Amino acid sequence: MSNRRKNLNWLNVYAVVYMVFLYAPVVLLPIFAFNSATIIAFPLSGFTTEWFGVLWTTQALHDAVWNSMLVSVSTAVISTVLGLFAARAVARYTFPFQRGIMGLVMLPLVLPEIIIAVALLIVLIQLGLSLSLWTVVLGHVLVCTPFSIAVLSSAFRGLDPSMEEASFDLGETHWGTFRRVTFPLVMPGVISSLLITFTISLDEFIIAFFLTGTEVTLPVYIWSQMRFPTKLPSIMALGTILLALTVALLILAEFFRRRSATRRGLDASTTEGLI
Amino acid sequence: MVVTFSFWTQNYLDLDTTFTLANYREAWTDPLYRELTLRSLRISLVVTVVTVLLAFPIAYHVSFHVHHRKALWLFLITVPFWTSYLLRVFLWKVILGYNGVLNSALLGLGLIDEPLSFILYNANAVVITLAHAWAPFAILPIFVALERIDRSLLEAAKDLGDGPVRSFFRITLPLAMPGVVAATIIVLIPTVGDYITPRLVGGTEGLMISNMIQVQFGKANNAPLGAALAVSSMFIVGGISLLIFFATRKIGRGGAD
Amino acid sequence: MLDTEKPHARTIIELDGVTKNFGAVQALKGITANIREGEFFSLLGPSGCGKTTLLRMIAGFDDPTTGTITIDNKAMAGIAANHRPTNMVFQSYAIFPHLSVADNVGYGLKKRRLPKAEYKREVEQALEMVDLGGYGPRAAHTLSGGQRQRVALARALIMKPKVVLLDEPLSALDKKLRDQMQLELRQLQRSVGITFILVTHDQEEALIMSDRIAVMFDGQIEQLATPEELYRRPVNQRVASFIGVMNFLEARATKSSETHVSLDVQALGKIDIPRAGLPDGMKPEEIHRVGVRPEMMTILIDGAPSAERIVEGEVVETSYYGDMTYYSVRLNGLEAPVTISMRNTAGRAVLRPGETARVGFATDSIIVFR
Repeated sequence: MSNRRKNLNWLNVYAVVYMVFLYAPVVLLPIFAFNSATIIAFPLSGFTTEWFGVLWTTQALHDAVWNSMLVSVSTAVISTVLGLFAARAVARYTFPFQRGIMGLVMLPLVLPEIIIAVALLIVLIQLGLSLSLWTVVLGHVLVCTPFSIAVLSSAFRGLDPSMEEASFDLGETHWGTFRRVTFPLVMPGVISSLLITFTISLDEFIIAFFLTGTEVTLPVYIWSQMRFPTKLPSIMALGTILLALTVALLILAEFFRRRSATRRGLDASTTEGLI
Repeated sequence: MVVTFSFWTQNYLDLDTTFTLANYREAWTDPLYRELTLRSLRISLVVTVVTVLLAFPIAYHVSFHVHHRKALWLFLITVPFWTSYLLRVFLWKVILGYNGVLNSALLGLGLIDEPLSFILYNANAVVITLAHAWAPFAILPIFVALERIDRSLLEAAKDLGDGPVRSFFRITLPLAMPGVVAATIIVLIPTVGDYITPRLVGGTEGLMISNMIQVQFGKANNAPLGAALAVSSMFIVGGISLLIFFATRKIGRGGAD
Repeated sequence: MLDTEKPHARTIIELDGVTKNFGAVQALKGITANIREGEFFSLLGPSGCGKTTLLRMIAGFDDPTTGTITIDNKAMAGIAANHRPTNMVFQSYAIFPHLSVADNVGYGLKKRRLPKAEYKREVEQALEMVDLGGYGPRAAHTLSGGQRQRVALARALIMKPKVVLLDEPLSALDKKLRDQMQLELRQLQRSVGITFILVTHDQEEALIMSDRIAVMFDGQIEQLATPEELYRRPVNQRVASFIGVMNFLEARATKSSETHVSLDVQALGKIDIPRAGLPDGMKPEEIHRVGVRPEMMTILIDGAPSAERIVEGEVVETSYYGDMTYYSVRLNGLEAPVTISMRNTAGRAVLRPGETARVGFATDSIIVFR
């Protein structure tokens, strides 16, 4: 028994060290955002909110934020709708080459993003399309749909097929069944899919870097600003705001996922759908 | 989705036929590209091994020793991952730099006399940064595999006289193998193609193939060569992943579900 | 229960040569049966026998590969589940978890656009019918298993269907609750007078609740009869061993006349049975095996009344059930022991393994089957 306790302690220590490793960069972000020096290094010189003020007055940043919002919202909506159809189809029907097709759809999950970016770039050039925010959306949808499918599949898997049959049996049409039973039951999954795809799209750099035209998204803007050391503190401030926003969104997504789980009487602490 | 995919490969073939195989020949024979590809693979493999080895104890800890707040732990593990990737990589630069957090801390504690220079602008920095960036992708699959292990199997092993170490190697590890394999593949594939990290913290000797791909598409304006490089590295990575997958499946057939 | 049979009631569901293939597997191999209006009809069989498939085809969730299903004189081909006069109680109950109890019960009624007051009254009536009066505002996911089952029932009955289909509705309940619900369901069915079709693998449940039972094996109906007939006169060994416990004994006919057949039964000796006791169309020379129920044999203990015939055997094992004792007895000249059940009335001794038992039986308890 004492042996076991020792193991546990070592693991505990390791876990704490590992968490420090995980959080090291994240913790630095707000520290430097409020540091008054323009050089990103220790020791700290003083507290300031100046860098947040700079953000308010930078027009290029506002444009980038607006572009990113446009891209992320469109991506979230499109990939969630696609994910909804795909997840529903996979959960309910078996069709020829199902595994193959689903494998192909889920492929972007495991492909290096640069390859997706390059591939799409070639396709777009071949098709003679000019690069714009919409081509970025296209790339992001490709990357986000698998995540959406994963989240929604778990929502559909938890849905008893006889729910839909019961509705149909009670005289409801297919569409009515979807509206009155299916959709409300997978609603939490839909919301969490929207939030996750939105977050991924908001943070994605490579595809946006390759596929954007003259209008840049937020990560591309940040990238361009990184070359100028004087801009760094305000980027830290921007990062802090983004971090706060993302964490809030994630907590929201997790909340909805759990609510859907408890609603269906499942154990809310299961990790299904997180991956 | 599927249509887009078919487009992509088809267009690929179009390009190949019009530009002949010269690009591929160049991609495979030019020492620079070969060096970059091999380096990318080497770095990715190291990253993968480091990430998975670091991730396993955490996944094990959460799965076996955390009882009430599993979801919270997983949430905490995933939070850093959701902060801007760019900024995370940049912050590693801040941590590892010559005047960085780590060096100043070590100097301040008197552990070292002059700043360590082997931790930034080289492959080491790339490994550390990527191991950090892909941590959740390694932890979660392993965690899921560990969660699936029927706890009564461990009790049975104990009952049959196995100590904790023996039962770990005879029961837990073989049964967790599918998760470890998944984690390996999930980490390996994207890291080969990572662009930001080598660019920001890799210096010149830490550059990887994706940086070259980008150069070909950008400055060098030789998109087909860039494409050839991309496809080549994708095939290599795909091949290695399949190899890992089948090799481990053969070894751990008894354990895999 | 013979009196509850309604032989003259009209047919509500007509199954004619219904088959169903799933790929290369033939799940149903030609089902032909008539289900009468107002009866409690059960489809009984082991899992995989096709009973649920048949129920789902009646409901309209699946189409037969060949054959026709007629409900209330209307061919059902091409009519989807939402237009059929049937309503189903699902095995999982399929209570909509996001709706209240009242909204669940009124789900199908909403489509009919009734005036609000009438809608409310109907829902409340349906809830009262299943003893859930006042439960309307509750959230569905707070209900217990038995309550869910009642809500599912109310939700089906409120549609006033011609037929209510029940897919193993009691299998998720614990034994006590199941016993109680069996009786309640039966009573409810009688009071509303709607045809119920129950799918179950539990022979006891089918016997207790049904007017008639179709016993299914491998996609076919082996026997369609009243519970009593099924128990007393199973047509073949499979049905006999599926319903209750049956002791099988080798037998052959030695002699037959116009009215009787003389059998030589293993361990029991020569037995004359009336010709009418043979299954329809069976010839005496086709008899290979007969059966006798455990309760039709008695262990005679000193002072007990005598029996028509007596054989001896050795007690191999006894299982004490409280109200009953089950004996395993190896009859003289027989390898495999037979099972005999005895009611534990006051003062009756329980024999121990190794003791010799005198076993009495009546010749008319011998069942002949194919």
